[in-house]
Amino acid sequence: MIPPAAPQPPAPDAVLVLDAQAIDRALRRIAHEIVERNPDLSRICIVGVPSRGIEVSHRIASYIETFEQILPDIGVIDVAMHRDDLRIRPRLPRVAVSHLPPDIEDRTLILADDVLFSGRTCRAAMDSIASFGRPRRIQLAVLIDRGHRELPIRPDYVGKNLPTSPEQRVYVRFQSIDQVPDSVWMDKE
Amino acid sequence: MTAKPKLPRASQAAASPATPIWTRKDLLAIRDLSPEELTLVLDTAAAFKQVGAREIKKVPALRGKTLINFFVEPSTRTRTSFELAAFRLSADVVNISASTSSLSKGETLKDTARNLQALHADIIVLRHSSAGAPLFLSQRLASSVINAGDGAHEHPTQALLDVFTIRERLGRVAGLHVAIIGDILFSRVARSDIAALLKLGAKVTLVGPSTLVPREFEKMGVSVTHDIDSILGEVDVVNLLRIQHERQRKEYFPGLGEYTALFGLTKERAARLKPDALIMHPGPINRGVEIDSEIADSARSVILDQVTNGLAVRMAVLYLCGGCGSGNAAIR
Repeated sequence: MIPPAAPQPPAPDAVLVLDAQAIDRALRRIAHEIVERNPDLSRICIVGVPSRGIEVSHRIASYIETFEQILPDIGVIDVAMHRDDLRIRPRLPRVAVSHLPPDIEDRTLILADDVLFSGRTCRAAMDSIASFGRPRRIQLAVLIDRGHRELPIRPDYVGKNLPTSPEQRVYVRFQSIDQVPDSVWMDKE
Repeated sequence: MTAKPKLPRASQAAASPATPIWTRKDLLAIRDLSPEELTLVLDTAAAFKQVGAREIKKVPALRGKTLINFFVEPSTRTRTSFELAAFRLSADVVNISASTSSLSKGETLKDTARNLQALHADIIVLRHSSAGAPLFLSQRLASSVINAGDGAHEHPTQALLDVFTIRERLGRVAGLHVAIIGDILFSRVARSDIAALLKLGAKVTLVGPSTLVPREFEKMGVSVTHDIDSILGEVDVVNLLRIQHERQRKEYFPGLGEYTALFGLTKERAARLKPDALIMHPGPINRGVEIDSEIADSARSVILDQVTNGLAVRMAVLYLCGGCGSGNAAIR
């Protein structure tokens, strides 16, 4: 295997937490856990939160296809118009077009995102889903759980638990979006 | 709906955080906007259009905000569209028309507006018979000001819904040839449409009697013709403007019958359009004057799509201009 070029840090003080291989391993493990906990893969839909959650959802879905020869349905849920913190954010988030299957009532939706922090994005995503209908259940898969929840929300599938201070920034970079090698970074304390 | 096989990866690029953000508190004129800003409004509108198809047609984006529809010049459809857009964004709405405001008691526009702001209006949607009235208010108020039509100057949300409809139906705006037919001289819709279409790379031809479509418009970068039959076969979109016969003085054209004979989109003319050409009209239509009644109801007519898209575009504009907290310096 050709070793990937050493990725450049997104900020001068950032340290590498996961490289491309480690991200791959984490997402494969999540895919296995989803298969274990959802016997009927035709009734799940993996729903990405824009923008990097979409990449996470694609990757998990393609691993499930590799392991089980079934490509699960994938979707997108916009969270921008359901945020409760619009008036205090320094910039307005872009809204995105949502894609959900028409029959969400008897499905398990698995929300996929890159980083879980306060839990407010997840809450907004659940509110957004509720405006389309009432899925059978909603699960949550995240590449990084960095703690500091402000709402009673707990992920079902975690790539890596990353202890952080509230001020530290965590950076997720994907080749397909950021044109740099897949990597996860955090600020030095 | 269900994305299988995979969703196009391009959709992620569109949501990339590296793209420029919106920094305007007001929407006053299309001619102020860059092509990138126009595209951002259209993309935002596409996302909001979907809200209308949901089980619950309401999102909390503007919860707690107050919108005042301040219509000094009467309008039902634009006001209703803004009102419904605000409801779908969970804002509270108050409607004020010229007759119910103290303007009729001699209060100045500025004083009326300062009163509206003292009531903590976050967004003021203004329709006014004087060009520049929205600009005047926007420079004096912290509230967002949205131009819902000012004199013969601009009607930006109408142009946004027109280009949104074209982009949705034909997949693009750049490179298309759009004919705008009718009363251009008095039309703020035409001025906004011309600005939006040119910025997005379309070719525009204005058509009408020389009294209503003077050659002066060529300075805006459009073509002018007084012969509708010469362009029918080559245009991708015909946008018919309403003949405002209640407003016009008689000297601009001899009569409605002659107008229809020379410039109306009759069945014979419609048959000579390209098979996939779109027929648009901002409404209300004068059946049998600028457009044949059957043609207005035909599959190529997107007149009702324009109404639906108007709602989505107005939601997008309200979100972009009014979504942030007031006093947020980073955005303002």
